[in-house]
Amino acid sequence: MAEWKATKPNNKALAWVEERLPIISLVNNVVGKDTPTPRNLNYWWNFGSLAGLMLVIQIVTGVVIAMHYAANTGLAFDSVERFVRDVNYGYLIRAMHANGASFFFIAVYIHIFRGLYYGSYKAPRELVWMLGLVIMLLMMATAFMGYVLPWGQMSFWGATVITNLFSAIPVVGDSIVTLLWGGFSVDNPTLNRFFSLHYLLPFVLAGVVILHLWAKKISDSGNPLGIDVKSGADQIPFHPYYTVKDGFGVAVFLLIYMCYVTFMPDALGHPDNYIPANPMSTPDSIVPEWYFLPFYAILRSITFDIGIPFTDVVIVPAKLLGVLAMFGSIILLFFLPWLDTSKVRSTKFRPVYFWFFWILVADMVLLTIVGGKKPEGIWPVVGLIGTAYYFAHFLVVLPLLGKIEKTLPLPESIANPVIKAAE
Amino acid sequence: MTNEAEGGANRRDFLHVAAATMGGVGAVVAAWPFIDQMNPAKDTLALASVEVDISNIAPGEAVVVKWRGKPVFVRHRTEAEIEQARAVPIADLVDKQTDADRVQEGHADWLVVMGVCTHLGCVPLGTRSGEERGDFGGWFCPCHGSHYDTAGRIRKGPAPKNLEVPVYSFVNDNTVKIG
Repeated sequence: MAEWKATKPNNKALAWVEERLPIISLVNNVVGKDTPTPRNLNYWWNFGSLAGLMLVIQIVTGVVIAMHYAANTGLAFDSVERFVRDVNYGYLIRAMHANGASFFFIAVYIHIFRGLYYGSYKAPRELVWMLGLVIMLLMMATAFMGYVLPWGQMSFWGATVITNLFSAIPVVGDSIVTLLWGGFSVDNPTLNRFFSLHYLLPFVLAGVVILHLWAKKISDSGNPLGIDVKSGADQIPFHPYYTVKDGFGVAVFLLIYMCYVTFMPDALGHPDNYIPANPMSTPDSIVPEWYFLPFYAILRSITFDIGIPFTDVVIVPAKLLGVLAMFGSIILLFFLPWLDTSKVRSTKFRPVYFWFFWILVADMVLLTIVGGKKPEGIWPVVGLIGTAYYFAHFLVVLPLLGKIEKTLPLPESIANPVIKAAE
Repeated sequence: MTNEAEGGANRRDFLHVAAATMGGVGAVVAAWPFIDQMNPAKDTLALASVEVDISNIAPGEAVVVKWRGKPVFVRHRTEAEIEQARAVPIADLVDKQTDADRVQEGHADWLVVMGVCTHLGCVPLGTRSGEERGDFGGWFCPCHGSHYDTAGRIRKGPAPKNLEVPVYSFVNDNTVKIG
């Protein structure tokens, strides 16, 4: 387990601060020169810092947009258009914020799949994983409420569909929906509270990021071999080695991000959101942002009730079942450290899980496609199969596979292959 | 303080439990205004009812009116549509209601329902002429594919309930008051 080291800054002013508040030690111990880190981290380990970068970009651009935004149903749409057309660099800052959400999710989803591949959720890193999931949930809530703020057709109808999910809750469902709306439909009170929470939650999220990093410090970073650090030879200091490597990743990632921001700022959005919200007319199809599509597909795939066979008694209606499946698909991940019974962390040494991992990736891609299609023809069936596999992967495959899979022999230490090659 | 040595609950334990209980009750009471402020405000609740002039809605036509921020469909049904709705065996329905239950006596040609899909709240198509009316000639919800019949009852798709019938009354033969 990681040890905390006290830092003694040479700079007098910093030393004065450090003596009174050991904040320099804190940084040094989590992402600095006093953070011994496995020497073999590959580029998949870059996406944590990239997610952190996107959070900062979202907060900075968001605070600026809030200076020009009017959270009122009569003004919201026009205030965003004015920001884009008339405010200096408004088009740029708005595009950075809208595409920033997508790139934040790209970084976080790759970060999560890296964790799934290398077993980063296994002991002793369960809390790192679970705090990461809390971050993802906060991101989803924030992104959803942010999408409502421009008050276009997709904003309004996305908000209507998602808030209506809560009406599936037995007995109190309708009261909860009224409470969320502050009225009898998505309207001005709803827009106001969404704006307030959209501003608040990113800072809560930033707080959880600190807990996430703190838990990472205590359990040390994982590594591609998935074996524990045996000696100092296995480690290098985070700074400068990984700060430099993360910096390189930032340059590449920002390049791709800015291509979207500057050359195709609307490529990831939906044209219908440039139509002002109209409560009297639903668009042809309501499509969430791409990062919600797999979960939307799971929600829609359930079209059957669970009841007592051959009677009309319905125990769980389809609507509730769909909602439970959607939320369950994420809640399930909190139990992953215990559902995966394999002692071996890295997929490098799990030849059978290797295939199941890639099937899961393909399944998520498939669900993303299904979520974007109209629920007609073959798509509902495909969605149902994809949903069934998703749950089977975590609830059946992982518990069984850990018991029956013959894993490959693990290396003695992280440094061993390197030292042998040098001799 | 004699019973402290006996290992049973003592005066201090009692004070701890009592203080924690009072603190807990206080926290809940203090939280309520912050939760209840989210519920509809008085001005929102005070939204008046609307009166709809139905004199120029021909049989087979329908209008959408806005009530409490939501659309309401007022449909002038044809004889064939009423016939079609009444001919359906009750056992075939998801949410079992007869056609007569869904209209007012003596006004069977007028169907007034909330234009809000009972699945996830989209506005079903089928009110304006030329819009798709689904497999049962009533309404079709484009969001997740729910089909409603000419009595606004759910027949196919994920929606669990029939289109809701709001509180309404006929002021006279030409005017409907919703709310």
